[in-house]
Amino acid sequence: MTRRNIEGSFHLSGGDFTNAGAASSELKSILTNLGINPEIVRRAAIATFEAEMNVIIHAVAGVMYYLITQDTIKVVLNDMGPGIPDIDRAMTEGYSTAPDWIREMGWGAGMGLPNMKKNSDRFKLDSVVGEGTTVEIIIRIKEGKTE
Amino acid sequence: MNVQEIVDALSLEVKTAKGDLSRTVTGCYISDLLSDVMANAKEGEIWITLQTHPNVVAVASLKNLGGIIVTNRRSPEAETLQKAENEGVVIAVSPLSTFEVGGMLYKMLRC
Repeated sequence: MTRRNIEGSFHLSGGDFTNAGAASSELKSILTNLGINPEIVRRAAIATFEAEMNVIIHAVAGVMYYLITQDTIKVVLNDMGPGIPDIDRAMTEGYSTAPDWIREMGWGAGMGLPNMKKNSDRFKLDSVVGEGTTVEIIIRIKEGKTE
Repeated sequence: MNVQEIVDALSLEVKTAKGDLSRTVTGCYISDLLSDVMANAKEGEIWITLQTHPNVVAVASLKNLGGIIVTNRRSPEAETLQKAENEGVVIAVSPLSTFEVGGMLYKMLRC
Protein backbone atom coordinates (compact mmCIF):
# COMPACT_ATOMS: atom_id res chain seq x y z
CA MET A 1 0.00 0.00 0.00
CA THR A 2 1.37 3.39 -0.89
CA ARG A 3 0.58 6.67 0.68
CA ARG A 4 1.45 10.22 -0.09
CA ASN A 5 4.19 12.02 1.80
CA ILE A 6 2.95 13.82 4.86
CA GLU A 7 4.57 16.99 6.09
CA GLY A 8 3.90 19.74 8.56
CA SER A 9 5.44 21.89 11.23
CA PHE A 10 4.96 23.10 14.78
CA HIS A 11 6.05 26.37 16.33
CA LEU A 12 7.88 26.05 19.63
CA SER A 13 8.16 28.83 22.20
CA GLY A 14 11.23 28.93 24.41
CA GLY A 15 10.37 28.73 28.10
CA ASP A 16 6.87 27.40 27.50
CA PHE A 17 7.13 24.39 29.82
CA THR A 18 3.36 24.06 30.08
CA ASN A 19 2.98 23.02 26.45
CA ALA A 20 6.31 21.22 26.24
CA GLY A 21 5.81 17.90 24.52
CA ALA A 22 2.69 18.95 22.60
CA ALA A 23 4.45 18.88 19.22
CA SER A 24 6.06 15.49 19.85
CA SER A 25 2.75 14.09 21.13
CA GLU A 26 0.94 15.23 18.03
CA LEU A 27 3.62 13.79 15.77
CA LYS A 28 3.42 10.52 17.72
CA SER A 29 -0.35 10.42 17.11
CA ILE A 30 0.15 11.04 13.40
CA LEU A 31 2.70 8.21 13.17
CA THR A 32 0.50 5.85 15.21
CA ASN A 33 -2.52 6.63 13.05
CA LEU A 34 -0.48 5.82 9.96
CA GLY A 35 -0.01 2.34 11.36
CA ILE A 36 3.77 2.66 11.65
CA ASN A 37 5.46 -0.02 13.79
CA PRO A 38 5.14 0.96 17.49
CA GLU A 39 8.87 0.45 18.09
CA ILE A 40 9.66 2.99 15.34
CA VAL A 41 7.03 5.36 16.79
CA ARG A 42 8.58 4.95 20.24
CA ARG A 43 12.03 5.90 18.95
CA ALA A 44 10.63 8.88 17.06
CA ALA A 45 8.77 10.04 20.18
CA ILE A 46 11.91 9.92 22.33
CA ALA A 47 14.13 11.69 19.79
CA THR A 48 11.62 14.42 18.93
CA PHE A 49 10.60 15.06 22.54
CA GLU A 50 14.23 15.52 23.59
CA ALA A 51 14.79 17.86 20.66
CA GLU A 52 11.62 19.78 21.47
CA MET A 53 12.69 20.11 25.13
CA ASN A 54 16.07 21.48 24.09
CA VAL A 55 14.33 24.29 22.20
CA ILE A 56 12.03 25.01 25.18
CA ILE A 57 14.96 24.99 27.60
CA HIS A 58 17.65 26.81 25.63
CA ALA A 59 16.13 28.85 22.80
CA VAL A 60 13.83 31.82 22.35
CA ALA A 61 11.77 30.04 19.71
CA GLY A 62 11.98 27.30 17.15
CA VAL A 63 10.20 25.28 14.49
CA MET A 64 9.80 21.52 14.32
CA TYR A 65 9.28 20.38 10.74
CA TYR A 66 8.42 16.80 9.81
CA LEU A 67 8.26 14.84 6.59
CA ILE A 68 6.95 11.29 6.59
CA THR A 69 7.61 9.34 3.41
CA GLN A 70 7.11 5.65 2.60
CA ASP A 71 10.56 4.86 3.93
CA THR A 72 11.55 7.45 6.51
CA ILE A 73 10.49 9.90 9.17
CA LYS A 74 12.51 13.09 8.93
CA VAL A 75 12.26 15.73 11.64
CA VAL A 76 14.18 19.00 11.49
CA LEU A 77 14.27 21.43 14.40
CA ASN A 78 15.52 24.95 13.79
CA ASP A 79 15.88 27.24 16.73
CA MET A 80 16.77 30.79 17.54
CA GLY A 81 18.95 30.00 20.49
CA PRO A 82 22.40 30.63 21.90
CA GLY A 83 24.03 27.98 19.69
CA ILE A 84 26.43 25.27 20.82
CA PRO A 85 30.10 26.28 21.00
CA ASP A 86 31.50 22.74 21.31
CA ILE A 87 29.31 20.11 19.65
CA ASP A 88 31.54 17.16 20.61
CA ARG A 89 31.30 18.13 24.25
CA ALA A 90 27.56 18.69 23.99
CA MET A 91 27.17 15.16 22.61
CA THR A 92 28.96 13.69 25.64
CA GLU A 93 26.55 11.94 27.96
CA GLY A 94 26.33 13.82 31.26
CA TYR A 95 27.44 17.19 29.92
CA SER A 96 24.84 19.95 30.16
CA THR A 97 24.74 23.74 30.22
CA ALA A 98 21.22 23.89 31.68
CA PRO A 99 20.80 26.19 34.67
CA ASP A 100 20.02 24.88 38.17
CA TRP A 101 16.27 25.52 38.05
CA ILE A 102 16.01 23.38 34.91
CA ARG A 103 17.98 20.62 36.63
CA GLU A 104 15.61 20.76 39.58
CA MET A 105 12.82 19.91 37.14
CA GLY A 106 14.69 16.75 36.23
CA TRP A 107 16.07 18.06 32.94
CA GLY A 108 19.67 19.00 32.22
CA ALA A 109 21.14 15.57 32.93
CA GLY A 110 23.15 15.74 29.72
CA MET A 111 21.17 12.92 28.17
CA GLY A 112 19.10 14.81 25.61
CA LEU A 113 21.41 14.89 22.61
CA PRO A 114 22.73 11.34 23.19
CA ASN A 115 19.11 10.11 23.48
CA MET A 116 18.27 11.77 20.17
CA LYS A 117 21.26 10.18 18.46
CA LYS A 118 20.60 6.71 19.93
CA ASN A 119 17.04 6.72 18.67
CA SER A 120 17.83 8.03 15.19
CA ASP A 121 19.17 6.16 12.20
CA ARG A 122 20.79 9.39 11.04
CA PHE A 123 21.39 12.36 13.27
CA LYS A 124 22.86 15.71 12.29
CA LEU A 125 23.57 18.70 14.46
CA ASP A 126 24.64 22.10 13.14
CA SER A 127 25.03 25.15 15.28
CA VAL A 128 26.21 28.73 15.02
CA VAL A 129 26.92 30.48 18.29
CA GLY A 130 24.68 33.53 18.67
CA GLU A 131 22.36 32.41 15.88
CA GLY A 132 20.87 29.02 16.61
CA THR A 133 20.94 25.29 16.22
CA THR A 134 19.53 22.85 13.66
CA VAL A 135 18.90 19.24 14.53
CA GLU A 136 18.01 16.71 11.85
CA ILE A 137 16.62 13.33 12.87
CA ILE A 138 16.00 10.57 10.35
CA ILE A 139 14.37 7.30 11.31
CA ARG A 140 13.84 4.52 8.81
CA ILE A 141 10.35 3.12 8.75
CA LYS A 142 10.90 0.04 6.65
CA GLU A 143 13.91 -1.78 8.02
CA GLY A 144 14.42 -0.31 11.50
CA LYS A 145 17.78 0.38 13.07
CA THR A 146 20.48 -1.95 11.87
CA GLU A 147 23.18 -1.49 14.49
CA MET B 1 -1.50 -6.72 38.02
CA ASN B 2 -3.38 -3.53 37.31
CA VAL B 3 -3.15 0.03 38.64
CA GLN B 4 -6.18 -0.43 40.91
CA GLU B 5 -4.53 -3.35 42.71
CA ILE B 6 -1.41 -1.26 43.30
CA VAL B 7 -3.51 1.68 44.53
CA ASP B 8 -5.28 -0.61 47.00
CA ALA B 9 -2.17 -2.40 48.23
CA LEU B 10 -0.17 0.79 48.76
CA SER B 11 -3.13 2.93 49.96
CA LEU B 12 -2.39 5.52 47.28
CA GLU B 13 -4.56 8.55 46.74
CA VAL B 14 -5.56 8.72 43.07
CA LYS B 15 -5.56 12.29 41.79
CA THR B 16 -6.31 11.91 38.09
CA ALA B 17 -7.75 9.58 35.45
CA LYS B 18 -9.76 7.58 37.98
CA GLY B 19 -11.47 5.79 35.11
CA ASP B 20 -8.20 4.31 33.84
CA LEU B 21 -7.21 2.16 36.80
CA SER B 22 -7.82 -1.16 35.07
CA ARG B 23 -4.68 -0.73 33.01
CA THR B 24 -2.13 -3.53 33.34
CA VAL B 25 1.17 -2.63 35.00
CA THR B 26 4.14 -4.53 33.62
CA GLY B 27 6.87 -3.20 35.90
CA CYS B 28 8.18 -0.14 37.65
CA TYR B 29 10.76 2.55 36.93
CA ILE B 30 12.13 4.94 39.54
CA SER B 31 13.81 8.18 38.52
CA ASP B 32 13.58 11.93 38.94
CA LEU B 33 15.53 12.59 35.74
CA LEU B 34 13.10 12.96 32.88
CA SER B 35 15.54 12.10 30.12
CA ASP B 36 16.44 8.93 32.01
CA VAL B 37 12.77 7.95 32.04
CA MET B 38 12.48 8.81 28.35
CA ALA B 39 15.48 6.63 27.61
CA ASN B 40 14.92 3.67 29.90
CA ALA B 41 11.36 3.28 31.17
CA LYS B 42 9.26 0.76 29.28
CA GLU B 43 5.68 0.87 28.14
CA GLY B 44 3.24 -0.19 30.85
CA GLU B 45 5.62 0.46 33.74
CA ILE B 46 4.51 2.56 36.67
CA TRP B 47 6.83 5.49 37.35
CA ILE B 48 7.78 6.61 40.85
CA THR B 49 9.06 10.18 41.09
CA LEU B 50 9.29 13.32 43.21
CA GLN B 51 8.72 15.57 40.20
CA THR B 52 5.35 17.33 40.18
CA HIS B 53 5.48 19.72 37.19
CA PRO B 54 3.47 19.25 33.97
CA ASN B 55 6.35 17.72 31.95
CA VAL B 56 5.92 14.43 33.84
CA VAL B 57 2.59 13.98 32.06
CA ALA B 58 4.19 14.48 28.64
CA VAL B 59 6.85 11.90 29.50
CA ALA B 60 4.32 9.35 30.82
CA SER B 61 2.08 9.89 27.84
CA LEU B 62 4.82 9.70 25.19
CA LYS B 63 6.24 6.56 26.76
CA ASN B 64 2.80 5.05 27.35
CA LEU B 65 3.61 4.39 31.00
CA GLY B 66 1.13 2.68 33.33
CA GLY B 67 0.88 5.69 35.62
CA ILE B 68 2.81 7.98 37.95
CA ILE B 69 3.24 7.68 41.71
CA VAL B 70 4.40 10.88 43.40
CA THR B 71 6.02 10.13 46.75
CA ASN B 72 6.97 11.91 49.99
CA ARG B 73 3.66 13.70 50.42
CA ARG B 74 4.36 15.95 47.45
CA SER B 75 1.39 17.51 45.66
CA PRO B 76 1.37 17.71 41.87
CA GLU B 77 0.82 21.22 40.52
CA ALA B 78 -2.71 22.13 39.39
CA GLU B 79 -1.52 22.37 35.78
CA THR B 80 -0.03 18.89 36.03
CA LEU B 81 -3.31 17.43 37.28
CA GLN B 82 -5.30 19.15 34.56
CA LYS B 83 -2.97 17.87 31.86
CA ALA B 84 -3.00 14.34 33.27
CA GLU B 85 -6.79 14.33 33.42
CA ASN B 86 -6.99 15.49 29.80
CA GLU B 87 -4.53 12.85 28.62
CA GLY B 88 -5.83 9.99 30.76
CA VAL B 89 -2.59 9.62 32.72
CA VAL B 90 -3.08 8.25 36.23
CA ILE B 91 -1.32 10.22 38.95
CA ALA B 92 -1.46 8.80 42.47
CA VAL B 93 0.28 10.17 45.55
CA SER B 94 1.74 8.59 48.64
CA PRO B 95 3.01 10.01 51.93
CA LEU B 96 5.72 7.34 51.90
CA SER B 97 9.24 7.76 50.55
CA THR B 98 10.37 6.57 47.13
CA PHE B 99 12.35 3.81 48.89
CA GLU B 100 9.29 2.53 50.72
CA VAL B 101 6.92 2.67 47.75
CA GLY B 102 9.57 1.16 45.46
CA GLY B 103 10.27 -1.62 47.98
CA MET B 104 6.63 -2.60 48.24
CA LEU B 105 6.17 -2.52 44.48
CA TYR B 106 9.29 -4.59 43.96
CA LYS B 107 7.82 -7.36 46.08
CA MET B 108 4.46 -7.17 44.32
CA LEU B 109 5.72 -7.04 40.74
CA ARG B 110 8.58 -9.48 41.10
CA CYS B 111 6.35 -12.45 41.88
